[in-house]
Order: sequence, then C-alpha cells, then structure tokens
Amino acid sequence: MSLKIVVLAKQVPDTRNVGKDAMKEDGTINRAALPAIFNPEDLNALEQALQLKEQNPGSTITLLTMGPPRAAEIIREGLFRGADGGIVLTDRAFAGADTLATSYALSCAVRKIKDYDIILGGRQAIDGDTAQVGPQVAEKLGIPQVTYAEQILKIENGKATVKRRLERGVETVVVPLPAVITVNGSADECRPRNAKLVQRYKYAKTPSEKQGLSEECLKLYEQRPALNLYEWSVNDVDADLSQVGLAGSPTKVKAVQNVVFQAKESKQLTAADNEIEDLVKELIANHTIG
Amino acid sequence: MNNLIVYCEIEDGIIADVSLELLTKGRSLANQLNCKLEALVIGSNLDGVEKQVFPYGVDTVYTVDDPRLYPYTSIPHTSVLVHLFKEQKPQVCLMGATSIGRDLGPRVSSSLHSGLTADCTALEIGPHEDKKNNKTYENLLYQIRPAFGGNIVATIVNPECRPQMATVREGVMKKEIYDPNYKGEVVKLDPKKYVADTDFVVEVIDRQMEKSKANIKGASIIVAGGYGMGSKENFDMLFDLAATLGAEVGASRAAVDAGFVEHDRQIGQTGVTVRPKLYIACGISGQIQHIAGMQDSSIIISINSDPNAPINSIADYVITGTVEDVVPKLIKYYKKNSK
Ligand SMILES: Cc1cc2nc3c(=O)[nH]c(=O)nc-3n(C[C@H](O)[C@H](O)[C@H](O)COP(=O)(O)OP(=O)(O)OC[C@H]3O[C@@H](n4cnc5c(N)ncnc54)[C@H](O)[C@@H]3O)c2cc1C
Ligand SMILES: Cc1cc2nc3c(=O)[nH]c(=O)nc-3n(C[C@H](O)[C@H](O)[C@H](O)COP(=O)(O)OP(=O)(O)OC[C@H]3O[C@@H](n4cnc5c(N)ncnc54)[C@H](O)[C@@H]3O)c2cc1C
Repeated sequence: MSLKIVVLAKQVPDTRNVGKDAMKEDGTINRAALPAIFNPEDLNALEQALQLKEQNPGSTITLLTMGPPRAAEIIREGLFRGADGGIVLTDRAFAGADTLATSYALSCAVRKIKDYDIILGGRQAIDGDTAQVGPQVAEKLGIPQVTYAEQILKIENGKATVKRRLERGVETVVVPLPAVITVNGSADECRPRNAKLVQRYKYAKTPSEKQGLSEECLKLYEQRPALNLYEWSVNDVDADLSQVGLAGSPTKVKAVQNVVFQAKESKQLTAADNEIEDLVKELIANHTIG
Repeated sequence: MNNLIVYCEIEDGIIADVSLELLTKGRSLANQLNCKLEALVIGSNLDGVEKQVFPYGVDTVYTVDDPRLYPYTSIPHTSVLVHLFKEQKPQVCLMGATSIGRDLGPRVSSSLHSGLTADCTALEIGPHEDKKNNKTYENLLYQIRPAFGGNIVATIVNPECRPQMATVREGVMKKEIYDPNYKGEVVKLDPKKYVADTDFVVEVIDRQMEKSKANIKGASIIVAGGYGMGSKENFDMLFDLAATLGAEVGASRAAVDAGFVEHDRQIGQTGVTVRPKLYIACGISGQIQHIAGMQDSSIIISINSDPNAPINSIADYVITGTVEDVVPKLIKYYKKNSK
C-alpha cells in the first residue's frame, strides 16, 4: 500500500555547540552565531519515513516546516536525502508562537495537504525542548498519537505497529492510521545526502527565494515542477488569526535569564599523596563521608 | 473549585515517585494559594490507592478504575482529564515530565486550549503585570524552566487560560510526607461518564518495563564518571570507590553514550537530577546540561586533568590530576583513615 507521509521538521539553532561567541556582551544569546540546523530528532523521523517509502513503493514524503523563509534550507536538506517535496509555513503572524499556536498552524497546513496517512515528527526540538508539538497536532487533527517511537515495525491493514522506547523500558503498540508518530533520537540515524539527489534538487526554491531571478530562470521553474517549493501563509491555510503567533499563545515568557555560573571559592589540590590524604581526613572529620 | 490537581502515575499498583514529589510541591503551592490539593489516579484495581497519597496532604483523590485504563494509552486518559477539568475547573495541573506526562499533558492542553510549560525546574506563585494590556494578575504560577539546550532559564506564565499546566522531571522536587495521618476524601468517578469506548484505539501488545536498577536519586554520596574515565574498565575503579564510601555511581551523558555505563545512571538535564551531600566528579568537564542535574549538591569535588575544566568553577575542591592517579588514592586513604 502506498502511503502519503508528512514529516514535521523544524529548523533550530544548534544549541548543542554553544561556544563563547554565542553569548552577547549583554549576556543574551546571539542566535546569529549559532548555525541553523535540521532538528536532530526530525532527521530520525525522516529516516523512518524513508524506510516506509522503501517498503511501500509509490509512497511520497512531504516535509512541512513552520518558520522564517530561510527554513527552506531544511526542506532542501530533506530532498537531498529522499523526500519528495516540501512546504514552508511562513507569515509574520506566526511569529512568537508557543507550542499550542505552533501546533494549530501546523494542523491547519496538514488539513490543507488533506491526503495523509502518517504524520511523523521528532520527539523534541533542541531549542524549545518541550516535546509538546507532536501530541498537540494529533489532538487538533482528532487522530491518535504514538510518542517516543523508536521503530515503525510494520504497516498492515491500515494499522501501524510501533516500538516505543520509554525511560524504563520498551512497549509495542498498534495504532490505526492516520496517526501522528514522534520519533526518538535512539531510532536509526538518518541516511546521508545522496549525491544524485543533491544534483537534482540543489536549485529547488521557494517563491521568496526566486525573487529577482530572470524571466528565463523563472521559465525553467515552470518546466521543472519538482524544483518548486511551496510557501504558505496564514490565509493559504485558512488559519484563524486569533489562534496563531503571539496572540494565539496562552503561555507568555515573563523573564529570561542566561545561565551564568557563580564562581565559588574552591580549594585547589594536586594529586600528591599528602594532599589527597588530608582531604579524606577533612571529609571524615566533618562527617561528609564515613 | 479552582484547586490544584496532580495527575498521579501508577505502575504495578504503586504511585510513581515523581507524582509524590509533585504532591509535596503541590501541597505547599496550595497552601500559598489557599486552595485544596487534589490527586487524580487513573488505572485498574485502584482500591486503597488513596493510602499512598493522603500522607502527602491530599484533600481529594479522584480515581477512575477500569481494566482498560492500564497500561496507559493517550486518548482515554486525555478524555478523563478533559472532562474532569471542564467540571472542576482547577487553576493548576501538575504532572511528571515522563514519557506519560509528556504524552498526556500536551494532548490535554491542546483540547482545553490551556498553556503547558515543559520540564519546569521551579514553581512559584507571584503577580504578573501585562503592560501592553494594562492588566495585573495575582497569584499566577511562575513556571521556571531551562530551554535552549540549558543555556537559558525562562519564567513562563499563563495569564488567561486555565488550568495553568506544567510538567516536572523526576527528582527535581523533593518528596516529603506532609502528615502521616492526613485524611482526605475519595471520589470514585464512573469510567463510563469520562471515557468513550471509541477512545480505546491504540492497543498495547507488548510491554517490558524494568525497575530502575540504580538508585542514584536517593544516594547521599555520588561518584560520577565522565568521558575522561576513558573506558568501561576504568569505570570499575569508580564502582570500587563507591563501594568503599557507600555511594552510588553516576555518569555524564558522554560516558553513557560511549557505553562505559548504563543509561539509568545518567545525571543532568536529560538524566536524573540529584542533590547528594557529596558529589565527586571524575573526568567530567561540566557542560551546562550536566551541571543542571547536580549543581545543588552540598559539596562538590572535581577530579580533572584540565585545571580549567568548567566544572571546577562550581567545585568546593578541585583536584588537578588524572583519575587513574587520584581515584585509587582516595580509596587507599579512606580505608586507612576510617576506623
Ligand atoms: C525559552 C523558551 C521556552 C519555551 N517554553 C515553552 C513552554 O514551556 N511551553 C510552550 O508551549 N512553548 C514554549 N516555548 C515556545 C516553543 O519553543 C515554540 O512554540 C516552538 O515553536 C515549538 O516548541 P518546541 O521547540 O518545544 O518543539 P517540540 O514540541 O519539542 O517539537 C516536537 C516536534 O514537533 C515538530 N515541530 C515543532 N515545531 C515545528 C515547526 N515550527 N515546524 C515544523 N515542525 C515542528 C518537530 O517534528 C519537532 O521535533 C518556549 C520558547 C522559548 C524560547
Ligand atoms: C539537549 C541536551 C541534553 C543533554 N543532557 C545531558 C545530561 O543529562 N547529562 C550530561 O552529562 N550531559 C548531557 N548533555 C551532554 C553535554 O552537553 C556534554 O556533552 C556532556 O556532559 C559531556 O560529558 P563529559 O564531561 O563526561 O565529557 P567531556 O566534555 O568530553 O569531558 C571529559 C573531561 O574529562 C577530562 N579528562 C580526560 N581525561 C582525563 C583523565 N585521565 N583524568 C581526569 N580527567 C580527564 C577532560 O579534561 C574533560 O574535562 C546534553 C546535551 C544536550 C544538547
């Protein structure tokens, strides 16, 4: 059975490698200094999608991302690895969204895509770190969810059998489709870019990226539909303005504090025998150990 | 009405530690808010379960008992919470940031359109001023959480939508009996009224849960190893030191990822949070995600070959040297000096 697969993917700042230059003088985060990457667990989700596509010939994978126009970069990244197309959900009105407003916008876009069997996403994004968007999209679409998925074992009779990795063990569940499945980092790593696909898709562009191109160039895009990436606005997905962006977000960030260590007075020791022995004696004497 | 409710997880008839920790926190918040503390337990064979939660100061425990409600699946549990919250209108709902709480919380918050803050590390009550709309709010829940890979800490509020929902990881709050003789009320809810047959769409066909083996959370001394331990074999040294001191062995994620030690010993933002009397960090650099899980330790000793390792800045004792050299000496001199 061929499947229509949607992969939710987020472009995120690489918070795993926050160097010194990532902090501004005033102590706030300098987002510009952090490379924007494909959210790691969304790549695990993409890999599950690619495996499903291999097992179910005729399946298609559409990437859906909400973000600024430059988020088109991750759509191309997905195409280079085997996805079939993608949509950037972008509009000033989406800015400042919390997870609820994000999932509302994504669910409107999925409704517009209309035909879908499985929606895959990462368990969690590495900037917001909430793991809330997947289940919220499922609820908004009125379909079941499977979170913490490690492997989609099989799809049969309109149902998916999924192995979940939980903090204390593993669980196997059967879920009727369509469903939202969010994938853990412990799942198979995403395959690398495929050189042929890079050649094929490196000029794939969204309408905003095509701005300023010559007439001739634009004609080429008409002849090669696969190179057209889509951009959808609030209106395109019939979203209710009061439910998107900052206005549609029940949670408000009241204050943000950068984490700075408070240096405390520490005793400096070497590995010399007498120093270690004195330390041990001190800890015994003050009842820390023993 | 407008009480504080804690969703209690249950496994094999036992309420999860994280839920009891939240009841402890919930009790003190409820006192501040001058409201009742309520607990919700959903599962199967729940008779007598109230005995486990009353000592934590629970005023009302709601139970929903049906064989189909255990093990947990998303939609039926969501239905119970959504229905109950529409009736009872709690002002705050807390749940564990576990694979259950992080599956259930967002689904409930989406259905009720109430904000949800993930992985809070502190919860406080305070006022909020909305300058733009010129409105002030009293007694909001400040939901304080790290984000951005642990590089920032944000205080989040939900001014308008109820309940104010938050999840908290296991080990972040302290579990403490409020009054061993505390007695509340048990309210048994009729599952038929709260869950529809059509909610049971996901079928759990296999489940293999292990009891957490290591008990690093409760340990008063922790010997933690990082990537600088170099190998699984070298970790044996730490187990020796731990056995000598009556300690538990913990680890950084890099050590777990390298396969030196099991995952359930990981300390930090994505592991457990600990606050022992003594924390001995061996070959751990002290990245923010690790620090997040151990910075409240009373005394910290860092053993590191790099005198400038970030962890040294929060350590009480910095031993500059290799673990191969220092750890055996600690064992030797402890044996020599303890009677
Ligand atoms: C400091 C800080 C703290 C925050 N805390 C909260 C909070 O506690 N509660 C809250 O509601 N919001 C919070 N937010 C807002 C939240 O980060 C954003 O709403 C964000 O758009 C989605 O949440 P997430 O990054 O946590 O994604 P997650 O829920 O962790 O993402 C899970 C998966 O959903 C999919 N997904 C998520 N976002 C997108 C997207 N834009 N496009 C496509 N797919 C996507 C991906 O597959 C992803 O792997 C916070 C933001 C900041 C800056
Ligand atoms: C979202 C997210 C969540 C994370 N969650 C966690 C978490 O929960 N817990 C966690 O720990 N990490 C977590 N991390 C990873 C974290 O960022 C670091 O990568 C990790 O803590 C580093 O582990 P380490 O200090 O053991 O290794 P390293 O950073 O490699 O440090 C090794 C240290 O050992 C020292 N050393 C080397 N050889 C010797 C020797 N022979 N004797 C003495 N010292 C020696 C070195 O000087 C160095 O300081 C997370 C990361 C992300 C992005």
